[in-house]
This record gives sequence, structure tokens and C-alpha cells, in this order.
Amino acid sequence: MLHDLTFAVPEGGFRWLLGASGAGKTSLLRLLQLAVRPTQGELVLLGESIGPALRRRLPLLRRRIGTVFQDFRLLPHLSAYDNVALPLRLAGRPEGQIRVDVSELLNWVGLSRKLAARPAELSGGEQQRVAIARAVVGRPALLLADEPTGNLDEVQAERLMQLFHEMNRLGATVIVATHNDTLVARHPAHTLLLQDGQLVRDD
Amino acid sequence: MTDAPRRLRPAGSDDLGLRRALSDRLLPMLVGAMAFLAALALAGVVAAAALAGHWQRGAAATLTVQVPEPLQDGRLDRVLTMLRASPAVLEAQALSESEMEALLRPWLGAGSGRIALPMPAVVSVRVRDTADDAGLAARLESAVPGTLLEAHDRWLRRLSVLARSLQACAALAMGLVAFVAVAMVMVATRAGLSSRRDAIEIIHGLGATDGFIAGRFARRAMRLAASGALAGAVLALPVLLGLTGLAAPFAGGEAPSGLWALALAMPAPLWLGLPALPPAAAAIGWITAQGTVRRWLRRLP
Repeated sequence: MLHDLTFAVPEGGFRWLLGASGAGKTSLLRLLQLAVRPTQGELVLLGESIGPALRRRLPLLRRRIGTVFQDFRLLPHLSAYDNVALPLRLAGRPEGQIRVDVSELLNWVGLSRKLAARPAELSGGEQQRVAIARAVVGRPALLLADEPTGNLDEVQAERLMQLFHEMNRLGATVIVATHNDTLVARHPAHTLLLQDGQLVRDD
Repeated sequence: MTDAPRRLRPAGSDDLGLRRALSDRLLPMLVGAMAFLAALALAGVVAAAALAGHWQRGAAATLTVQVPEPLQDGRLDRVLTMLRASPAVLEAQALSESEMEALLRPWLGAGSGRIALPMPAVVSVRVRDTADDAGLAARLESAVPGTLLEAHDRWLRRLSVLARSLQACAALAMGLVAFVAVAMVMVATRAGLSSRRDAIEIIHGLGATDGFIAGRFARRAMRLAASGALAGAVLALPVLLGLTGLAAPFAGGEAPSGLWALALAMPAPLWLGLPALPPAAAAIGWITAQGTVRRWLRRLP
């Protein structure tokens, strides 16, 4: 699907990932979030070469990567609070710290009254905000987002961009795949453009 | 908002939603039935072992030698001397008059000693093994004609072989029960895996290790198996006590009356084996779920 793809993103960099539907944006993001391993070529992620890396090394790497999925991928049987707390629990953080971080973040995305709500009880925009909170709660070194503004209004999308810029400023590498041209125009940045699984622009 | 998180479920509980994926009905019920069967099979092993031992001791060989006209030419003495000189014989003892009387009382009534019948002397012989019965009989017959050797151990030996076979069957049944329990946990775990596939992939993507995911499944399977086996063992207890009551007379005892007497009469291996069923089921559940989940997880990167 992806081929002839060579690029490097410096630590702390920001990239728009653009391209038509089916150009390979989601496939590239799956590689970067370690949902698949490359079948060919070399992938170095957060300083670790993924091809030869032992399988048991990958979970630790994944904990340093936050992803906002296009389809949110929330756990339906868990509340908003528990969904956001999940990465911290997997990392073995103390429950007291988890409570502070998760509450603060859900407050910030405007869901402080819906902590106990299951995803099914939330609107699409609310679910997206839960997914965003889950992606950033562990202060990832690499933040990936696939159409993160698809269900947000303009004000919320703008707030999200502020969050991404803030994470970026604090040292996270951020890659955002989107179709939202207005957003890209308003926040010009280094762009990766994919076409038919190939990288056609990197500037 | 401040008290809201406190109302939420505690940390580290059912992240994968296994409470519904591994139902708390079917698996415990099946494991309970297996534990019940295991208890019965265990009782079979123990009972067969006890009977085999009992019969073995009986068959450790008593022979009876009848010597007609014992007083003539010291026939009885000659038979006794010969028996005692034979290396296979542990002990040879002529029955005393009172023993003879006790032996005949059911047929002749009290005072059989006073009846003027030509009674043979009866020698009770304990032998090391009964392989050379025929040789011994021939030698006795030629030395003291009319002597009759009766080896009543043969059917006992057959019974003991039967008991050993029963014991082997019961042990085999226990092995099969364990095998079926493993298969059941495996099937239940696989079903749980496929019904929680999305959740597992999400958690895996968030950096959960194989050990974490397998541990969740294993803990759930362990609890379900243990609770099922506990129920099965508890249900099996009255059945085993009942069987103990029925079997006691065959083992040479009297039928125990009362619950305490029954409980005391139940063989120690059963008292040890029955409480071991829930931990054994728990171990089977844990190990099987761990193996099944870890193997399944290999398909994820």
C-alpha cells in the first residue's frame, strides 16, 4: 500500500499529513503508532529501530505514543473517566495522580459533568474530545491524530489546535492527518502530502 | 466534579469488560460438573485402592488343609511337620476343637463336638505365595494319602485384579476430567477473546503488555473455575458420605450411624482430595487462560 516513502520528523517537530482519501494517511499513521510493522524498509521511531526490535519492547514504545483515532476507538463498557485513565493505569501510575490528571484534562475539554458517562451516552463531538484527552493524558513523546476535528465545531477545533501547539511546545512531536483545509490554512506548518501511497511533498 | 471520580469503579478492575465476555454462569457450571465428576472418580480410586489392599491381604494366602483320620499313624503331625518344613509356608496351625466347633456351629448347631462323626482335622496355612499350590498338594497327597488342600485365594486374586483395574479406570476418569476442564477453559477463553477483540486491540495499542492482557483473562478464568469447583466439591460431599456409609460394611466395618461417624469413616485421601479440587481447578483455569491468550496475542504486532 505504502511505497517509496522516506522522511524524517525531528523530535519536537510538527507535521500536517495531507492527501486524498485512500492516499495512505491512515496506513502511515498505523505504522507510526506501531499497529503494524513495516514489511519492508526501515522505521526508526523514538530512537528505536522497529524492524529488528523485540516484540516485547513495543508496549513500552506504544506508551510514549498518543493517538487520536478517526473512529475514536473508545472502550464502550468504560466511562469517559476510565477511558481517559486507561493509558495511565497501563503505565502503572498511582491512582491519586491519575485522578488529578484525568479530571483536569476532562475539565479542559469541557466534559467535567460527563465523567461517568459511557461512550454510547456521548455525542460524536464529546466522544472525540474523550479520545483526544486519552491521547494526550500520558504526555506522549509522539502525538498522532487522524481527522481529530471531524466532529468538532470551529471553536473546539481551534482549541484543539492550541492544545496540539502547547504539546508541541512542551517537546512532543505532533503529526496531524486532516482534510480540514481551513484549519491547515490558518495554521501553516511543515506538510507531508501523500498520493497513492507515495510521499509527493515534504516541506 | 470533585466527588465524581470516587463514584467510579476502582482502579484496575474490568478494563477489558471480561465480566460479560467470560460469563459467570456457563463456565462455573461446567467446571462444577467436572469437579463433581472428579470427586466421584477420586472416591472410585480411593475405594478401589482400599478394597484391593483389603483383598490382597486376605489373598496373601491362606490355604486350608483337611487331614481325614488325623490321629491314625500320626497323620496330622506328619502333615504339620511337612508343611512347616516347606519354605513357602509362613505358618501352619491345626484348628483347635473349639475352633472346629465354631466353624461347624452354623451347620450342626451347638455341641457338634459331641456328635460322633469322623471329623477331619483342619490346618490353616499361611503361605508366602500360592504359586506352588499344586506341587504342595501332590507332596501332601503322596506322603499322607487322602489329604485335601484347598486354595481359596484364587477368586480373591481375581477380585484384586478387578479392583486394580477399577482403580486404573477411576484414575483415567480423573485424567479425562482434567483434560475436559482444560478444553472447556480454552474454548471459553477463545470465545472471550473473540468477543473482546476490539477492546484487546485498543488496550494493546495503548501499550498493554501480553502479560497484562493474559493476566486479566487468567484471573477471571481462575475465579470462575475455582467457584465452580467449590460448588461441585460441596455438592459431591453428601454423595461421598452416603457412599462411605454404604461401603463401610464391605471393608469389614459396621455401617456408621450419624453424620460424625460417617465423616470419620470417610477415608482420609478423600478428605484431602475434596478440598484440593477448587485450587486444582483454579490452577487449570489460570494456566490454560494464560497459555490461550498469550498464543492468541502473538497475532498482534
